[in-house]
Amino acid sequence: MKTYTNTGNKDTRSGFGAGLTELGKTNENVVALCADLIGSLKMDAFKANHPERFFQVGIAEANMMGLAAGMTIGGKIPFTGTFANFSTGRVYDQIRQSIAYSDKNVKICASHAGITLGEDGATHQILEDIGLMKMLPGMTVINTCDFNQTKAATLAIADHHGPVYLRFGRPKVANFTPENQTFEIGKAVKLTEGNDVTIVATGHLVWEALEAAKALNDKGISAEVINIHTIKPLDDKAIIDSVKKTGCIVTAEEHNYLGGLGESVSRVLSQHLPTPQEFVATRDTFGESGTPAQLLEKYGLNSAAIIKAAQTVTKRK
Amino acid sequence: MADIKHLEDLVTQVRRDILRMVHKVNSGHPGGSLGCAEFFVALYNELMERNESFEMDGIGEDLFFLSNGHISPVYYSVLARVGYFPVDELNTFRLINSRLQGHPTTHEGLPGVRIASGSLGQGMSVALGAAQAKKLNNDNHLVYSLHGDGELQEGQNWEAIMYAAGNKVDNIISTIDLNGQQIDGSTDTVLPMGSIKGKFEAFGWDVLEIKDGNNVEAILNGMSEAKSRTGKGKPVCVLLHTVMGNGVDFMMHTHAWHGKAPNDEQLEIGLAQNAETLGDY
Repeated sequence: MKTYTNTGNKDTRSGFGAGLTELGKTNENVVALCADLIGSLKMDAFKANHPERFFQVGIAEANMMGLAAGMTIGGKIPFTGTFANFSTGRVYDQIRQSIAYSDKNVKICASHAGITLGEDGATHQILEDIGLMKMLPGMTVINTCDFNQTKAATLAIADHHGPVYLRFGRPKVANFTPENQTFEIGKAVKLTEGNDVTIVATGHLVWEALEAAKALNDKGISAEVINIHTIKPLDDKAIIDSVKKTGCIVTAEEHNYLGGLGESVSRVLSQHLPTPQEFVATRDTFGESGTPAQLLEKYGLNSAAIIKAAQTVTKRK
Repeated sequence: MADIKHLEDLVTQVRRDILRMVHKVNSGHPGGSLGCAEFFVALYNELMERNESFEMDGIGEDLFFLSNGHISPVYYSVLARVGYFPVDELNTFRLINSRLQGHPTTHEGLPGVRIASGSLGQGMSVALGAAQAKKLNNDNHLVYSLHGDGELQEGQNWEAIMYAAGNKVDNIISTIDLNGQQIDGSTDTVLPMGSIKGKFEAFGWDVLEIKDGNNVEAILNGMSEAKSRTGKGKPVCVLLHTVMGNGVDFMMHTHAWHGKAPNDEQLEIGLAQNAETLGDY
């Protein structure tokens, strides 16, 4: 099976920062707004390079979303930056009315998503944001897996007209996708070929899925790993084609199993190709304080959990 | 000089439009709409520098944002009467497949509307964003916005009000429709807000008042003064004292007609008090 090399752990939020820095140089319509989290969102370089296009809004996320919507009127492409929790749940109605319903070209960039935010605990660990955002008509939802892909996605969404939710995280994780890759919104990336089980993963759990695939291979189970970086619009065909071959599927995400990637996959398969599925996701629970690795283990989100789910689902065929 | 008689005729016609629109579908918000008829007529006919055609980006022209979207009848009437879309389209207000949704939206592509509003408290942020985009574009036109007084109970307004002064957004004139009424009663009984003037001033805005917000000349004078205060480092707030339901005697000075349509008999009484001037749609 194809294997991937970690070129060194890096945080996905730094991928966002690198992409934004590049956009500052290449696209003069790009503006950035931040709600008092410049360092956390890695927006320092953009601010330093383009102070006139950077807007510090203070701890006022609702206002930030409205400002961003207004700035599109006049041709700007606003990138908002704050934690995922404050990018979604806190400002849902502002996004719904002023951005999504109004079809404004705003890029909602959300760091510290999921449980791997770690020690800050459940108040900051949103596990519901994919569901919230995918339910909004017209909203594109992206959850990138590593530094390189997050940078590529940041560049790509500037060229896509319409509201986008870009989800990434805090911890340093494996960086294994190609540098300077082309990011195609809505296009799944098949990472390994396999015949026994399909594993579709998003965000930080893509690397965990690759680790699981290696271990499964040693146990005689051939896993096809697909990186679903775009949860909406979902690449239905890539999922259906893979499942036609493997006959079962595991979905893996750092999110509640209610409303996440797994449910989107279930919807597609139940309509087109009913298939046994196991969910690697949180089970309708809040998170808690801990290290990212401890939390991934406790809440069943690491490679061990994916291996177990794959073994279970292959028996259900 | 503005032709005051013509503007007043237009106001009367807009009142008829409002009454007929909400009556036809037995829904909508006539009270606040009637209270702001003079303001909208003055704004769109005399105060704003507008391009004839509608472009979403609005570069090189003044912009207006309605935050209290429920007064869509007056907004739609004036947008149609100044030529953004056919006046006959007012017939479709709140009907299925219409561009004239219950609350204004960009979703159906109605010319003149740049943001959806209805869920309250969001319009000032949007207007400020548009004002800052104008500065980035070296476009020295103004951004106008209108907000209900009850709407100021939404917290997002105060985030925006703080931001505007702190960032010296001085190319905006935000008008507050001070009619003292909201759905459940007077603003003083529902949630007393104290001095709105004092609050805006404390947040660093330049505030002026138009005491007779249902008098076209008073509006023109007050808004001209407001325009002269832009570009001086402070956002400008106009407190527009209006009477809810103005021009229809039984709808005045009460919150009862906030979101209630007149019946057939009431419509006739209201129309009799506002003679047709420029022609019904």
